[in-house]
Amino acid sequence: MNDPVAYGIAILAVLVAVFAGWHTLRRREFGNPLFYAVCVLEIVLLALLVGGSIALGRTSRDVDGVLFISYLVTMVVIPPAAVVWGIAEKSRWGTGVVVVAMLTIAALSVRLLGIWKGAYA
Amino acid sequence: MPERSDTSHGFGRVLVAIYAVFAVAASARSIVQLITEVESDTVVPYVLSAFAGVVYVVATYALARNHRRLALVTIGIELVGVIAVGLLSLVDTELFPDQTVWSDFGRGYVFIPLVLPFVGLWWLRRTSRPPE
Repeated sequence: MNDPVAYGIAILAVLVAVFAGWHTLRRREFGNPLFYAVCVLEIVLLALLVGGSIALGRTSRDVDGVLFISYLVTMVVIPPAAVVWGIAEKSRWGTGVVVVAMLTIAALSVRLLGIWKGAYA
Repeated sequence: MPERSDTSHGFGRVLVAIYAVFAVAASARSIVQLITEVESDTVVPYVLSAFAGVVYVVATYALARNHRRLALVTIGIELVGVIAVGLLSLVDTELFPDQTVWSDFGRGYVFIPLVLPFVGLWWLRRTSRPPE
């Protein structure tokens, strides 16, 4: 867990948010490209969950483990929930839900870095 | 445009999503604080965190289920809460040794807690009219 990982994920999430926001503005339906984009992020987040858990086990840092893992799990859960909820909304705002979810992921990723560094201890 | 004047459809779905994020964020933070950090002399921010968490949870439920009066009350409490706590946390920093969602007008959450109640009230007003 380090700066490039946390900020890389945050930037990826923001990019997906922009893509979803473009759908919202243009009244585009929730299409395959957006779905795949969310899938890519989800795979990265799953990798982060595994990698982060291993890193937590090995590190000598004083990391709040419960908080750290709860963030990792929350980040993995958010994208599928957003996709299900977004598809259920037939108006243009369905993809707006994805925008909110992706920005949340970005925020959580930056906070996760703070937890790793013990900034909130 | 939403087909019905319902607080949970159209843009309302985005609003409910944002409220849900804050409901989880505020109540999760509160639970962590209550378990790990409460000492008798610093009880104010923790009670307030718990209260804020409950307000967001109820507001999310109210918006999602189109309970207008409940939504109005909880969003109103949220508005008063964020402004009152925001002012108090600036005036008396000792009262808030630890962060809550509403400290410094929600600065730790990029001021979304300050903006959200206004958006919520606007949305309630907007959906109170019949659809165009």
